[in-house]
Amino acid sequence: MKWSEFFTSSVGKKLVMAFTGLFLITFLIVHVGINACIFADMVDDSDNGEMFNKAAHFMGASYVIRLMEIGLFIGILAHIVQGFMLEAQNRSRRKKGYAVSMGSQGSAWYKKSMGLLGTLILLFLIVHISHFWVPSRITYETTLNEVSYNGREMHNVFSKMVDVFQNPVVVLIYLLGCFSLAWHLLHGFQSSFRTVGVHNKKWLALINSVGVGFSIIVPLIFALMPLSIYFGWVTK
Amino acid sequence: MEHYTMNLTLKVWRQKSSGDNGRFETYQVSDISSEMSFLEMFDVLNERLIKEGKDPIAFDHDCREGICGACSMYINGRPHGPWHANTTCQLHMRAYKNGDTIVVEPWRANSFPVLKDLVVDRTAFDRIIQAGGYISVNTGNPVDANAIPIEKDKADAAFAAAACIGCGACVAACKNSSAMLFLSAKVSHLALLPQGEPERKSRVLKMVETMDKEGFGSCTFTEACEAVCPKEISVTNISRLNKEYIVAGMTEEK
Repeated sequence: MKWSEFFTSSVGKKLVMAFTGLFLITFLIVHVGINACIFADMVDDSDNGEMFNKAAHFMGASYVIRLMEIGLFIGILAHIVQGFMLEAQNRSRRKKGYAVSMGSQGSAWYKKSMGLLGTLILLFLIVHISHFWVPSRITYETTLNEVSYNGREMHNVFSKMVDVFQNPVVVLIYLLGCFSLAWHLLHGFQSSFRTVGVHNKKWLALINSVGVGFSIIVPLIFALMPLSIYFGWVTK
Repeated sequence: MEHYTMNLTLKVWRQKSSGDNGRFETYQVSDISSEMSFLEMFDVLNERLIKEGKDPIAFDHDCREGICGACSMYINGRPHGPWHANTTCQLHMRAYKNGDTIVVEPWRANSFPVLKDLVVDRTAFDRIIQAGGYISVNTGNPVDANAIPIEKDKADAAFAAAACIGCGACVAACKNSSAMLFLSAKVSHLALLPQGEPERKSRVLKMVETMDKEGFGSCTFTEACEAVCPKEISVTNISRLNKEYIVAGMTEEK
């Protein structure tokens, strides 16, 4: 069987979704861990985003990580493109629909709304990337003040973040992004394991429990960032 | 359960042929017994239509005891009607009360084109089975049933998968019109048994290929199929199918 045949069959296409999805889940662990560094300010008044700035600097400081970043973007793009293509293809499989819809009988709304939730996350990502990644990694925007720790100059991403999250509309967009991510993960986490062939009931029960925990905890930590800054729990 | 009679309004999909656009027609049926089956209620209506010189409603049916998989009505937004683990032929009118309106549609999927009224062409399923849903055996005397030892758990799981009657409710319920529950049941029941071992890899590859050619969608694990399956086939079989496909795809030389 050719590679192209394997990955373009209906099962193969789902495998691409599952593998890229699982890869993005591991990325979320790294991302949320680095983001959580801003909370150091809540326990240490002198931190002022130092821990976060150092972590953010580390994520852009070496070529190894910049190369991994390219891999990340390829993963994100593959997940998005394949997701849209699959959604369009699956929708086209029933040209004439039903007069009476099944609604949510036997299937929760979010399981049937992965395309919509994914699109909302994509819209959020565009806003998010233009807020932080583009000015810090591409345009080296002057609004990103430099800060110096032990003689080492780096971007003050923390300062930029505090500025961005003063706007309630931006906070709302971020909360909507986290909300969409939570529901997307709630289905995507366990579904991706099933797609890659896990069918042992004990393992599926464990994966389901971990998935529910992950889908609540990770988006909650993400959501706490704009909230903490907007309500002044974390300050410059 | 107390017997009662009821008057109902039926909105039934009527379509002269596969080329016809089709439309809903409304029928009033009266004095329907709560002890009738859903298909018997259609028989009563059809007898009346024939007496009136009208074309009776075409619908698939055969055994009328839930084992052949012929009946295929999408009733009030659910394949096989409101009861769990039930076929249309086993649905009884006690599920309804006097004055109810019931909307009856055919299975909807490009791969199941409507032939007439509520009858759809499900030969796509036959072609999937023909692609590999069998074991090749030499003719001769049957082997003793106990000659090949099989673990009880495996035998039970294989039997549960083999209970699939190929009615197509999974496709009808799936938002993607995916046939993965059907296919996974057929692949699983043979993959779990030693008799299925020799053709295990080529079977899954050929059956998935045929399913794709027939134009069914892919599985996104919404689990709507499992919820409406009259034989309670589990979506766990789909995970097993995926595993079988991955292993076969990566190891089969062809």
